Amino acid sequence: MENIRYDLITALPEIVIVSMAMFILLADLFLKPANRIAIYLLAQVTLLVAAYITFTTHVPSVSYAFTNTFVDDAMSDVLKLMIYLGTSLIFVYSRQYIQQRDMYRGEFYALTLFAVVGMMIMVSGQSMLTLYIGLELLSLSLYALVALDRDNAKATEAAMKYFVLGALASGMLLYGMSMIYGMTGSLNIAEISGALIGADKLHSVLILGLVFIVSGLAFKLGAVPFQMWVPDVYEGSPTAMTMLISSVPKLAAFAFVIRLLVQALPSLAIDWQQMLMFMAVLSIIIGNITAIAQTNLKRMLAYSTISHVGFMMYGLMSASTNGFVYAMFYIVSYVLMTLAGFGMILLLSRKGFEADKLDDFKGLNQRSPWHAFLMLIVMFSMAGVPPTLGFYAKFSVLQAALQAGYLWLVVFAVLMAVIGAFYYLRVIKMMYFDDPVDRNPIEAPMDMRIVLGINSLALLVIGLMPEKLMELCIYAITRSLS
Amino acid sequence: MLNYFSSDYFFSHILSFSIWVPVLAGIAVLFTSNDNKPDTTRWVALIGGLAAFLITIPLYTHFNFADGGFQFQEGFNWIPAFHINYHLGADGIAIPLILLTSFTTVIVIISAWEVIEKRVAQYMASFLIMSGLMIGVFSALDAILYYVFWEAMLIPMFLVIGIWGGPNRVYATIKFFLYTLLGSLLMLVAFIYLYMNTNSFEIVDFYNYQMPLNVQVLIFLAFFAAFAVKIPMWPVHTWLPDAHVEAPTGGSVVLAAIALKLGGYSFLRFAMPIAPDAAHYLSGFMITLSLIAIVYIALVALVQKDMKKLIAYSSISHMGFVTLGFFIFNNLGLEGAIVQMVSHGFISAAMFLCVGVLYDRVHSREIKSYGGVANTMPTFAAFAVLFAMANSGLPGTSGFVGEFMVILGAIQENFWYAFLASFTLIFGAAYTLWMVKRVFYGEIANAKVAALKDLCQREFLILAILAVLVLALGIYPQPLTDMTNATVTQLLSHLMQSKLPVGLPSGL
Repeated sequence: MENIRYDLITALPEIVIVSMAMFILLADLFLKPANRIAIYLLAQVTLLVAAYITFTTHVPSVSYAFTNTFVDDAMSDVLKLMIYLGTSLIFVYSRQYIQQRDMYRGEFYALTLFAVVGMMIMVSGQSMLTLYIGLELLSLSLYALVALDRDNAKATEAAMKYFVLGALASGMLLYGMSMIYGMTGSLNIAEISGALIGADKLHSVLILGLVFIVSGLAFKLGAVPFQMWVPDVYEGSPTAMTMLISSVPKLAAFAFVIRLLVQALPSLAIDWQQMLMFMAVLSIIIGNITAIAQTNLKRMLAYSTISHVGFMMYGLMSASTNGFVYAMFYIVSYVLMTLAGFGMILLLSRKGFEADKLDDFKGLNQRSPWHAFLMLIVMFSMAGVPPTLGFYAKFSVLQAALQAGYLWLVVFAVLMAVIGAFYYLRVIKMMYFDDPVDRNPIEAPMDMRIVLGINSLALLVIGLMPEKLMELCIYAITRSLS
Repeated sequence: MLNYFSSDYFFSHILSFSIWVPVLAGIAVLFTSNDNKPDTTRWVALIGGLAAFLITIPLYTHFNFADGGFQFQEGFNWIPAFHINYHLGADGIAIPLILLTSFTTVIVIISAWEVIEKRVAQYMASFLIMSGLMIGVFSALDAILYYVFWEAMLIPMFLVIGIWGGPNRVYATIKFFLYTLLGSLLMLVAFIYLYMNTNSFEIVDFYNYQMPLNVQVLIFLAFFAAFAVKIPMWPVHTWLPDAHVEAPTGGSVVLAAIALKLGGYSFLRFAMPIAPDAAHYLSGFMITLSLIAIVYIALVALVQKDMKKLIAYSSISHMGFVTLGFFIFNNLGLEGAIVQMVSHGFISAAMFLCVGVLYDRVHSREIKSYGGVANTMPTFAAFAVLFAMANSGLPGTSGFVGEFMVILGAIQENFWYAFLASFTLIFGAAYTLWMVKRVFYGEIANAKVAALKDLCQREFLILAILAVLVLALGIYPQPLTDMTNATVTQLLSHLMQSKLPVGLPSGL
C-alpha cells in the first residue's frame, strides 16, 4: 500500500494532467461556444497546478516508481517545468488563431494536454516500454492535432504524412528496442547498461539494435537523413500546430536520447557518437543550404529546425557531461526561440490570412517597429549572433565539440552558420528594408502581445545573463547522470 | 554634478559609463520616435552623444602616460560557467580610438540633422548604440566580451546601410554582414581553442600561453580571417567599396573612421601578442599584402568614377600603411601606424562628409556630375581642398605624420618596403587631387552646380572642427604619440619574446 501511494505521488503531475484533460473533454460538451474561454483557462490552470506540484515535490536525488519503470530526477523535473512553460505559451499564442479557424474546441486543449503527458512520460521513462508508451501518446495526439481542421486538405495531407512516417519510425524504434532486449534480457535502463558492461560490444545484433534505435530517434528529432517529413508537415499543419510540433516535443526527444543512448547504452558510446556525428554534419548542411531556397516562412523554419538539431547533436556527440549540459542548453534555447518565432507568425495572421510567407513580413518595421524589433531579436538569436541567447547556445555546443577533439567539424559548423545567417538576415531585410505589401493593422489580444514581448526580450536578456539558465542545465544533468 | 564626476565611483567605472551611456541614450532616443516631430529626437540624440563624448574625456586627462599597461580597469565575474568576465581596461592604443569613436558619433549626429528625414529615431539610435558597442570592443579585456561587442556592432551597421542606404543597399549590407561574420566565427574558434588550453578567456592569460609554431600559425590565421576582413586588407576588401557607396553619409563616416580601426586595433590586441612567433613568421606575407593594398589599390582608386568609391579605395590603401607599420616590428612603424589610424579617422570622416554635402544638394556621387563647384561654393571648396591635401599626405596635415613615420620605420627594416610604400605619396596625390580638380575647378558644369548653395552653419561647424583637428594633429602630434609611447614600447618588447615552448621542436 505504501508503495502504491509513493508511486502515485511521484507521478502526481501526470495524473493531474490526464484527469484534467478528460475533464476538459467532458466539460466542453456542456459549455456554450461563448464560454469556451473557461476551457482555455482550465487548461492553463492545469499546467500551473502541475508546475506547482513538480516544483514543490522536487528533491535533488533520484527516485524510482512503478517497479523501476518511472524515474523522477532533476533532469525530468527541469524538463517538465520547461514543457509546462512552453505549452502555456503555445496556449496563449494560439488562442486567437484557433478561434478564427473554428478549432477553438475542447479537443485542442485535451489533445495538447495528452501530448504533454506523453512528453512527461518520455522525460521520466526508466524502461524502454515506458519511453515507448510516452512517445506513442505524444505522437498520436500530435497526428490528431494536425488533422484537427478536418476540412483543410493541406493539413489532412500533412497529418497523413506525419502519421505514416511517424508510425514507421516508431516501428524502427521498437524493433531496435526488441533487439537490445534480446541481448540484455531487460527493458530497464539501468539493467541494460549494467548488462552491457563486459558484453561483446561488436555483436551484430547489438549494433543493429542501436542502428534502429538511433534511426527512430533521428526521425523524431528530424535529423538528416530522416528529415523528409519535417518541411511538409510544418508547412501543411495549421500554424498553431506547427508551433506545437516544432517546440516542446524536442525537449522530450532530448530526454529520450539521454535516457536511451546515454543512460542505457553508454557502452556503445563510440558507435552512437559516430552515427550522431554524421547526422549532425548532414543536418547542418541540408538544413542551412535548403533553407535559403524557401519562400514560405514555416518551411524555412522547418529547415532551420533541422540545422538546430544538428547543432544540438554536436553537444551530444561529444559524449561528455559538459556536452550533454550544453545540448540541453541548446534545446531549451531553441524552444524559446521557436516559440517566439511562431508566435510572431501567429501575431501577424488573421482570419483568412496565414502570414506564413516571407513576403508577409515585408515592411514590418513601418507597420509596427516594436514587433519588427522583437522579430529581429528572434532572427539574430536563431542565427547565433551575440548578444542573444542563440549565440551562447552555439558557443557552448561548439566548445563541447572542440573539447572532444572535433576541430575541423567545428570549423565546418562555423562556416555553415554563416550560410545560415543569410536566410535569417533575409527575413530582417524584408522587415526593415522593404516596403509593406500588407498594410492591415495588427490585431492581437493584449495578453498575447505582452507574453510575446517577454518571450522575445528574454532571448536578449538571457543572452546578456545566460548564467542562471546554464546553472539550471548543469544542475539537471549532473544530478541525473551521476 | 561636478562632485559626481570627480567621485571615485565614476573613475572606477569610467569605461562602463563610456559604453553604456551612449547605448542607453540610443534606447532613450527610440522612445522619442515620432516622425512628425523629429526635432525632439534630434536634440535628445545630440545631448546623448555629447554626454557620451564628455564622459570619455577624462580618459585622456586622467591617463597615466608612463604606464604602458591597462588602465581604468574594472570587472566582475560575468558567466562563471565559462569563466567569462566582464573585464574592461584601456591602454595607450585603445584610448585614442575610444575618444575618436565618441567624437565621431557627435559629428555623425550633427551631420544627419536635416538630412535624414525618415525614421530619424532609429537612425540616431543606431549610431549611439553602435558607438557604445565599438567603445566596448576597444576596452574589453575578456575575449568573449570583446567578441560580443564586435558582433553586436554589426547589427546596427547592418540596419543603417540597409534602411537608409542607396539603391543597391541590400546587396551591400548583406555582403558586409556575411563577410564580417565569416571571419569572426573563425576567430571564435580560436578563442575557444585558447580557452581550452588556458581555462580562461582573459586576454592577458592568452598573452602568457606558450604554443608551438604550427599552432600559433593556425591561431594567427583565424584572427587574420576576422581582422583582415574588417581592416580591410587586399584581397578581402571587396565588401568595403560596396558598403561605402550604398551607406548613408553617417554610415560611411563611422565605417571609415572607426569600424576599420577595429580591425587594426585587434591585430595589436590579439593576433600579434597572442601569436608573436607566427606574426614574425608571416610578417613577409602580411607586408606583401599591405604593399599590394598601398600600391595596387591606389591605382584602382585612380580610375573610379564614383566619389565615395574613390574614397573607399583610398581608405583601403591608407589602411595598408597601418598593417605595414604593424608588421615591420619597430617603434617608429608601430607608432606611425597608430597615428595613421587616428588621422585617417579624421580625414576619411571629413572626406565622406564632403561628399555628403554635395550629395545632399545634387543627389549624385558621380564625379562627372560636377565641375566648377568652387565657383558656387567657395567656403566648401576651401575645406574640401584642405582635406584632399591631408588625404594625399601633405606635410602639416595629420595625413603626413603617420605615413612619414611608417615609411621611416620601413626604411630601417628594408629599403624596398619604404620605396614601394612611398609610391602612395604620388598615387595618393594623383587620385585625390585629380578628383578635386574635376569636381571643384574648371567651368561650372551644369545648371545643378550653378544653383548650389554654400555651406550652412551646421555643415560649416563640423567641417571646421575636423579641419582644426587635422591641422593640429599634423603640426603637433605629440599629445597622441605621448599617449601611445609607453604602450607601444611594452607591446614591442612582448612581441620580441618568443612564445615557443622551451625544449620542444618548432613544429614546422
